[in-house]
Amino acid sequence: MNEANPESAKAIEDAYQQLKSSAESAGYQLNPDIDFTIELIKRLLVNENRYGYSACPCRLASGVKADDLDIICPCDYRDPDLAEYDACYCGLYVSQSVVAGKKAIAPIPERRPPVAQRKNAVPLKTGISSSDRLPVWRCKVCGYLCARGEPPELCPICKAKKERFELFPL
Amino acid sequence: MVGKLVAGKKVVPVMLYDLSTCVWCNKTKKLLGDLGIEYSYEDVDLLNGEEREQIIKIVRKWNPLCSFPTLVIDNKTCIVGFKEEEIRKALQL
Repeated sequence: MNEANPESAKAIEDAYQQLKSSAESAGYQLNPDIDFTIELIKRLLVNENRYGYSACPCRLASGVKADDLDIICPCDYRDPDLAEYDACYCGLYVSQSVVAGKKAIAPIPERRPPVAQRKNAVPLKTGISSSDRLPVWRCKVCGYLCARGEPPELCPICKAKKERFELFPL
Repeated sequence: MVGKLVAGKKVVPVMLYDLSTCVWCNKTKKLLGDLGIEYSYEDVDLLNGEEREQIIKIVRKWNPLCSFPTLVIDNKTCIVGFKEEEIRKALQL
């Protein structure tokens, strides 16, 4: 199957190094199992080739970009899955505990809502409804603010740990 | 049963709905291969049009989230995700 390997070994290695450095500079970690991670990157390249965007290789993409925006890697579900399961759905991104060998990754239940619910979601331009309002977290070290379920494992700006975040009153 | 047949020891009907790009689906295929049993599979991401819609409908019946791998054993047990122990147990191997 030609499609399984559209890129040269060099292109895959470059994609890996690029992804690793951009992940680490934002406080994220790729799976330290390099063979596994390279395999995932190859499949992301297959999808990029096939759809024109790097849809999650572990999910069924529709091929319509507007319907797949939430599963373009890194997907909308990566951070909640990292917080709850120490890995993203595919296992490309993992928590510091997994990197340190303190935790192993296991199958993660699908967090992406079924298609009927996604179609009913509030479109971005109409704003977020009050019931969906997320808490805002403040990094006490550098002041970085983010609206999400939980603070990130590491502050993407100053790399302070999650425990250094506080709830920011609105 | 739909899908492509992989030869092996016949135990019960085993149908795997998977994605050709999914590493966990590939691990599931490898496990079934290592167990040496006969099974069928469908790479759902490689299907188009009506055929794809029909298969998605079947997957949703077993697994409403339509996530992969979805493994259906003997037309009654559905295992979602690469859960090696559960798969071995359901196949009584």
